[in-house]
Amino acid sequence: MQIGSDLVNYLEALARIELTDTQREKCKSDLQDILSYIDTLNELDTSGVEPLSHSFPVTNVFHEDCVQESKDRDGLLLNAPFKKDGCFKVPKTVE
Amino acid sequence: MNYEITIGLEVHTELSTKSKIFCNCTTLFGGEPNTHVCEICSGMPGTLPLLNQTVVEYAVKTGLATNCSITRYNKFDRKNYFYPDLPKAYQISQLYLPVCRNGYVEIDSDAGKKKVRIHEIHMEEDAGKLIHDPWEDCTLVDYNRCGVPLLEIVSEPDMSSAQEVIDYLEKLRAILQYTGVSDCKMQEGSLRADINLSVRPAGQKELGTRTEMKNMNSFKAITRAIESESKRQIELLEEGKEVVQQTRRWDDNKGTSYSMRSKEDAHDYKYFPEPDLPPIEISDAQIDEIKSSMPELPQNKKLRYISEFGLPQYDTGIITNSIHLVYLFEETVKICKNPKIAANWIMVELMKLLNDSGTLPENINFNHSSLGKIIVILEQGKITRETAKKVFGEVFYNDVDPDTYIKDNNLSVMTDSLAIRTAIEDVLTQNEKSVNEYKGGKTQAFQYLIGQSMRALKGQAQAQEVTKILKDILG
Ligand SMILES: [Zn+2]
Repeated sequence: MQIGSDLVNYLEALARIELTDTQREKCKSDLQDILSYIDTLNELDTSGVEPLSHSFPVTNVFHEDCVQESKDRDGLLLNAPFKKDGCFKVPKTVE
Repeated sequence: MNYEITIGLEVHTELSTKSKIFCNCTTLFGGEPNTHVCEICSGMPGTLPLLNQTVVEYAVKTGLATNCSITRYNKFDRKNYFYPDLPKAYQISQLYLPVCRNGYVEIDSDAGKKKVRIHEIHMEEDAGKLIHDPWEDCTLVDYNRCGVPLLEIVSEPDMSSAQEVIDYLEKLRAILQYTGVSDCKMQEGSLRADINLSVRPAGQKELGTRTEMKNMNSFKAITRAIESESKRQIELLEEGKEVVQQTRRWDDNKGTSYSMRSKEDAHDYKYFPEPDLPPIEISDAQIDEIKSSMPELPQNKKLRYISEFGLPQYDTGIITNSIHLVYLFEETVKICKNPKIAANWIMVELMKLLNDSGTLPENINFNHSSLGKIIVILEQGKITRETAKKVFGEVFYNDVDPDTYIKDNNLSVMTDSLAIRTAIEDVLTQNEKSVNEYKGGKTQAFQYLIGQSMRALKGQAQAQEVTKILKDILG
């Protein structure tokens, strides 16, 4: 698969980021490398191999349903670039 | 031309667990913004989610109660989207191996029994709340609801009218409440539905293009939205235009829906297996254990009420649709030992009080034993029917104890015939005109005199006794 500028633009829109032209070119070639590597992997015959859903052979790791104290709000908002009335403040979303 | 309407639902229900799905923050509704939030549910870097085991149990319970097959080996996937209601920029959900599949819920529609098939049920986390701030024209984010466990119950497009959708939702709600999986409080958002709707000319095989209306949270709005959207689509087809596949938002105040911006509509979530959570394995033993802990489900309860108690189909439908009415009914029967009378009081007097006060069954807050006590006292002839209704009203609004209330207000039935006679004689002296009319052959005057006498006796004398004495005096 060939990575074109359209795809990079689309991914930018999905990820809500804006790249410079230089970054776009870099991103295009990085993605191209990643996909070629997948092509290499695809050369392997994996019929009869169960799809791997997790890299460790563990299942059923749970927490018990009990309440513990939440983080104090000032601490929670400490790194927020913008805050107001105990909330994270972000640019206006639709409506 | 005739058109067929096809509707499928995605129902989201918040689970009644104590803690959130991937952390130990409380799921309590309300609270100051961002006070039920920790490093995990606010998506801080370097944190790891840990699955709440009760969420799995509740999902299996719901699956078994809706005739699903349980996916013994299931896992979570990452649904990526960039919107501030999700601090991680993805929602942990289940796409490839959802916990339940291929079930059905049976509804009693106008056309008899009908099965609405369940495509799948999956576990996921709820998102935060976005609040528009008009002063600074920005958005404020509260993550208290973020990470509250959700089940998404996806039906097949098996419904064809607003009524069927409501029947299905009522049945689903009853199942979720009976099993204790969710309180289903729609006004708190713990039960909400996305509606997928399309229309096609009657007889056409393939389905029409569908639209989706998101986050509907009242039965009334759902009914109105379905009626409006099917009308809109039919009108488009009639004009020779095409229905565009899109997400629409229902505005219940204006009574119309409008298309949401396409940016929000980009359904390209780039799902992939969630690397932070190991898969879940559900054993036979676990399923057996959950099966044995299942309560009697609405459909079975309904059938039992009909066969064991001889109650009418309609009444049992209404009562068993709400776990809160079931609690009250069963407690009342335990005390008064008469299911028919108990059902009758619920269907007539309680329904009247609920309607008059605009109360939902879930908000009934009087002692459940009070109705049974009133019925016992009434059946023993210690109070009149009029008094019983009055006392029940006091119970409903003020949660009084029936015995104490009757005693304190001297509401017991009058047994002193002489006192009743004296009261009636007073009434007759005051109503000479009616007495003469009666004697002149006007029978309605007698009814009037009974009414006046009952009023004078504050409804505390038995009607037969009053009639008897009245006849006796008038000759
Ligand atoms: Zn948390």
